[in-house]
Amino acid sequence: MVEAAPAQPAWVLLAYLIAGICFILALRGLSNPESSRRGNLTGMIGMTIAVVTTLATHAIATLPEIIAAMVIGGGIGLVTARKIQMTAMPQLVAAFHSLVGFAAVLVGAAAYLNPLAFGIGVRVTPIASPSFISILPVSRIEMGLGVAIGAITFSGSVIAFLKLNGNMSGKPILLPLRHVINLGTLAAILVLIAYFTQDQSPWVFGLVAGLSFAIGFLLIIPIGGADMPVVISMLNSYSGWAAAAMGFTLHNSAMIITGALVGSSGAILSYIMCRAMNRSFISVIAGGFGGADTSSGAAAAIDRPYKRGSAEDAAFLMSQAEQVIIVPGYGMAVAQAQHAVREMADLLKAKGVRVKYAIHPVAGRMPGHMNVLLAEANVPYDEVFELEDINSDFAQTDVAYVIGANDVTNPAARTDKSSPIYGMPVLDVEKARTVLFVKRSMGGVGYAGIDNDLFYRDNTMMLLGDAKKMTEEIVKALS
Amino acid sequence: MDFISILSIFVLACFVGYYVVWSVTPALHTPLMSVTNAISSVIVVGALIASAAPGVPGSKWLGLVAVALASVNIFGGFAVTQRMLGMYKRRERKDG
Repeated sequence: MVEAAPAQPAWVLLAYLIAGICFILALRGLSNPESSRRGNLTGMIGMTIAVVTTLATHAIATLPEIIAAMVIGGGIGLVTARKIQMTAMPQLVAAFHSLVGFAAVLVGAAAYLNPLAFGIGVRVTPIASPSFISILPVSRIEMGLGVAIGAITFSGSVIAFLKLNGNMSGKPILLPLRHVINLGTLAAILVLIAYFTQDQSPWVFGLVAGLSFAIGFLLIIPIGGADMPVVISMLNSYSGWAAAAMGFTLHNSAMIITGALVGSSGAILSYIMCRAMNRSFISVIAGGFGGADTSSGAAAAIDRPYKRGSAEDAAFLMSQAEQVIIVPGYGMAVAQAQHAVREMADLLKAKGVRVKYAIHPVAGRMPGHMNVLLAEANVPYDEVFELEDINSDFAQTDVAYVIGANDVTNPAARTDKSSPIYGMPVLDVEKARTVLFVKRSMGGVGYAGIDNDLFYRDNTMMLLGDAKKMTEEIVKALS
Repeated sequence: MDFISILSIFVLACFVGYYVVWSVTPALHTPLMSVTNAISSVIVVGALIASAAPGVPGSKWLGLVAVALASVNIFGGFAVTQRMLGMYKRRERKDG
């Protein structure tokens, strides 16, 4: 005897389709800051449609509990969204990814325990033995994949969060034989999912989830801080594929469309980040970058002569300039210097200096990180330029003000074939008449762990000190 | 829906995603990540189905926890995106 799930009525299918279209429009809106806010509202409407449709088409036995769960979760989300500092966005996004991953695992487990509710189970009554519920074989594969991807997203994002939040060193942790262990674990997960179609015992389901949690940890611990923009984009992509796999299990078009959108979004961002570092995706995933011994480069660096300037020198140079380009990097985020930078730019503009900002795609810890910080400090977005749009401008620029960026300005990427960052597109700041380089001390090197030739050039003046304090002193000297 | 129709939706949506995401301006890549985060929490649909269904308490409780987690993401993700997008301003034209 077979008990099939009732087909969903046409209006329900249409409602989920409309929700999916709303999500497409939400992303489409982001092509321009003007249309982006409307896009975001469209996304909220889509989510409301999906939730209301689901609640309206299922007999709800537990409405108070569901509302309580939503209020608790929603409250935590809203408070976090309001309180979070913009410099902490990478951590927040990593934390959110982990929640999507964990929710996918939980939904998978719930569907495993109660397949009839999800319309993926069939009651089988063999002769002479008690009846049981068999999960459809296709659904078992979809469920297995969804749980595996969700678990990887969860544990990987937790590690990414700990690294970004500074609870864990950004240095790569390299286990011996890690490639063998990782590939073996991945293969074991796939074999178990295949075996799951033959045997739906709890131990198979549990082992798939457990191994996937483990591989998520193992995959992310060897990846260094500088590669975090790729990691966070990749986890973004995984959270999408997890949602899509669950959409397949539930035959839900809103989930499938969303999963595909988010999955491709994360994949494209990872690709853009890899291209901006001239690294292959495989080499990022393999990990270990930025953990190499820095002793040789740092030792050679100590004795080389460099010019050191004061805030007053910098203020004088910039106030005499026709055009100043500000190049922010992760150091600006760490020092929370974005507001001081904006103040400095305002004073310069009042003196008739043209001010622009140049942003490298991997500046910061996530895609677009610098843009958000500058926007927070009220820098108009039409003064902020991407690498390829501004690079030719440096030759006609009097002063380049590099604050907290290092590797993305290193000329070795263009000239030194032996450099680990050779081939990476960089901002040609050294073509400006004068480079002002704000840096805490001469000892430290960038995340790639290599010395920057730029420090010792004739047209470079090092401004040694905290990025925020130094900029504030320049502001004082300008006003 | 049969498997092939679902697969068709999925493949076409991947293509739509590809073209839509390439048209996102790099300046908005951080809001892109936070909003994709919010919308991928549409997984709440599955969580709601699990928590609404009677009969299996384990499934119900897993579903409720998933509803709470996904709600953090939905509300938090959309709110933080809106907050960020509100910061992007064009240059003020100051005359005189």
